[in-house]
Amino acid sequence: MGALHLEYTVAPDDFSRAGEVSGIVKRTLKDLGFPPAVVRRTAIAMYEAEINMVIHANGGKITADITPEEIMIVFADQGPGIPDIDLAMQEGWSTASEDIRDMGFGAGMGLPNIQKSTDYMDVQTTVGVGTTITIKIFVTQ
Amino acid sequence: MNTGDILKLDGITPAVYDGDSDVNGVFCCDLLSVAMARAPEGSAWVTVMTNANVVAVASLAEVACVVLAEGFEYDEAALNAARGKVTLLRSNEPVYETAVKIGALL
Repeated sequence: MGALHLEYTVAPDDFSRAGEVSGIVKRTLKDLGFPPAVVRRTAIAMYEAEINMVIHANGGKITADITPEEIMIVFADQGPGIPDIDLAMQEGWSTASEDIRDMGFGAGMGLPNIQKSTDYMDVQTTVGVGTTITIKIFVTQ
Repeated sequence: MNTGDILKLDGITPAVYDGDSDVNGVFCCDLLSVAMARAPEGSAWVTVMTNANVVAVASLAEVACVVLAEGFEYDEAALNAARGKVTLLRSNEPVYETAVKIGALL
């Protein structure tokens, strides 16, 4: 297998399609024969980041670069940015609205779940400009 | 134990069912992030959440089925999203009683 580059757009406020990109990438990784633990970790991290884009950031772009050794995914949005990243990384802290919480989101576990599920996570954020999250999952058999 | 065995229990009915799949545990949770991170693959996920996001998480987490407790009804969008993808069951009983019943089959 060589390198595979995938690009997707996440629609804003469309909860009926939230998780779709995560599902596509997950199926792709499964089809390519990646170990189940790698597939699951990628799916968890991707779903959290994708949902964050829908809830907080008016959607955005997801790019995935897949090689036999590493899965790198970049989530780029032009949303409001994260004013206090240390606070946002704390489990249980969330700015989600009551409506969002009623749907089962907003537990304040998104970013912590992404960090736990990945081998590398980088968050670049500027208030009023947007947020770019880069994650990597290293493939070990 | 499989989803067909769960369906034989009193008070449990199918909402979207495409055949039996193996069940290896029971997981109870109503927060999607927690379920996404912690629902064991192949488990029966008992919840009171009725929306389509439950289907997305169930599919990604690869649970064996979702069991909606308290006699609640799934949203139409959830039913549509699940067809051909995720088994959805309903229970007339609360979460605890439903989970205990299913757990007794393991």
